[in-house]
Amino acid sequence: MSLSAEQVRQVAHLARLEIQPEQVEHYAGQLSRILDVVGQLAQANTEGVTPMAHPLAMVQRLRPDVVTEPDRRADYQAHAPSVQDGLFLVPKVIE
Amino acid sequence: MNSNTWEAVIGLEVHCQLRTKSKIFTGAATEYGAAPNTQADPVTLGMPGVLPVLNHDALQMAVKFGLAVDAEVAERSVFARKHYFYPDLPKGYQISQYELPIVGKGHLDIELPGEKGGEPVVKRIGITRAHMEEDAGKSLHEAFPGFTGIDLNRAGTPLIEIVSEPDIRSAAEAVAYLKKLHQLVVYIGICDGNMQEGSFRCDANVSVRRRGTEKFGTRTETKNVNSFRYVEKAIEYEIERQIEVIEGGGTIIQETRLFNPDTGETRAMRSKENANDYRYFPDPDLLPVVVERSQIEAIRATMPELPEAKRLRFVTQYGLPKYDAGVLTGESELADFYEVVVKSSGADAKTCSNWITTDLLGALNKLGKDITTSPITADMLSGMLKRIVDKTISGKIAKDVFEAMLNGEGDADTIIKAKGLVQITDDSSIIATIEKVMADSPGQLADYRSGKDKLFGFFVGQVMKATQGKANPDAVNRLLKEKLAP
Repeated sequence: MSLSAEQVRQVAHLARLEIQPEQVEHYAGQLSRILDVVGQLAQANTEGVTPMAHPLAMVQRLRPDVVTEPDRRADYQAHAPSVQDGLFLVPKVIE
Repeated sequence: MNSNTWEAVIGLEVHCQLRTKSKIFTGAATEYGAAPNTQADPVTLGMPGVLPVLNHDALQMAVKFGLAVDAEVAERSVFARKHYFYPDLPKGYQISQYELPIVGKGHLDIELPGEKGGEPVVKRIGITRAHMEEDAGKSLHEAFPGFTGIDLNRAGTPLIEIVSEPDIRSAAEAVAYLKKLHQLVVYIGICDGNMQEGSFRCDANVSVRRRGTEKFGTRTETKNVNSFRYVEKAIEYEIERQIEVIEGGGTIIQETRLFNPDTGETRAMRSKENANDYRYFPDPDLLPVVVERSQIEAIRATMPELPEAKRLRFVTQYGLPKYDAGVLTGESELADFYEVVVKSSGADAKTCSNWITTDLLGALNKLGKDITTSPITADMLSGMLKRIVDKTISGKIAKDVFEAMLNGEGDADTIIKAKGLVQITDDSSIIATIEKVMADSPGQLADYRSGKDKLFGFFVGQVMKATQGKANPDAVNRLLKEKLAP
């Protein structure tokens, strides 16, 4: 399976990765080879097999609905680049 | 809209916050209104190395919802990551469910007004699915020039997203569906239903097509409309807008729109490029959720009577008109209040209903209170009705007792005693008053006896006045008839 240069740019954008224009073809080749390896799975007969959601054959444990986490805002915000009035400040995003 | 030419096709996505104490995947509190970020722990903040663990009660509530809409509850469901970048979502993905949601196909019946005032029509709205997910945080754009403030208290609050089939055909139907759904989630105790606080929010998918065509038109999605009235306005606006665009030769673009309550209009959000490329995949931090059939049945056994069933029971068990039953079963607390009163007072079912639906709800409305904060408890109202039943007071005097109870003057017996409101039922005392009234009104007496029957009311009024309303009305009527006869 081969990935086009456009698809590489698209995936990089969605993942917020900056790649140089001259690297695009290089990554397209590498990623296509990875897809080829994974693509071998398509040859397996999966008729009637439940899709695997997790490699461990276990089920989710549940926790009781109890508040266990205290307020430690000051600690958690100590390493934030910018805070004010208890809010994290980030560059303006408008929708 | 020209309803002969165009038909709207509407589907709703409702986000309903589950009423848990802690978040869906961590033990941080979910209480509304806390100071910013005081309920944001490392899991909420998306710190490296943390692991989500599913809240038992959130799962139970999702299952309850499934049972309430008669849906298939999945014995095995899977959490998936939905990826997008926005600062109110620190991990860069929202944990949601995608291919295997907890609740599958179900339905909700809504009641619509019949044509030309006829019998109401029941319409079934399909529910496609409902899945569990975590809420995002809140962004504050106004307060800081050049910056957006982020409060992550809400991030990680458990939600179910309830997706309807595109079975809805008008804004009015959409509102009827939402109200029914809102009532249901509050009834079964999984959501506080507070729309101002965002506990129950709606996105509306709207498209139009020429009547008679099968194919759906291109739809738009209007986001986060948080009142019934706004939903109605937003949908009406969107239907009109789409028809105008198409009739003007344009085409509808599939896009996300925002409703502005100040103008009543919707506008396109700046389109996020490839916004819908969420790259879902199963979350490796969470194992498949298994709810065994026996557990589902155990949850079913804890389900309260649903609003529709209760309404029908009120009609058959108490013989109430459908309207009364509808009002009384509108909220489960109100229905419980009624049942206490009707069972303990000994008054007839319709009388109890009248006192509650007219007098009590009217008074509470004026006071800005609801049935849970009513100054008159079910026992107090029942105590008052008992005194009507045993003829201690008349229905008319009861109105005064009711007012006094509302003002916090105590229960009915205390008030009746303090104000000397005990009804006069003793014939001889009433006869004495009647004789005095007759002596004081010779002209009216003569007119009545010569055939002016209408004057009977005059005498009743005079006797009631003379006894300050305390004479038993039945006795007054009976004795007056005897005395006034020529």
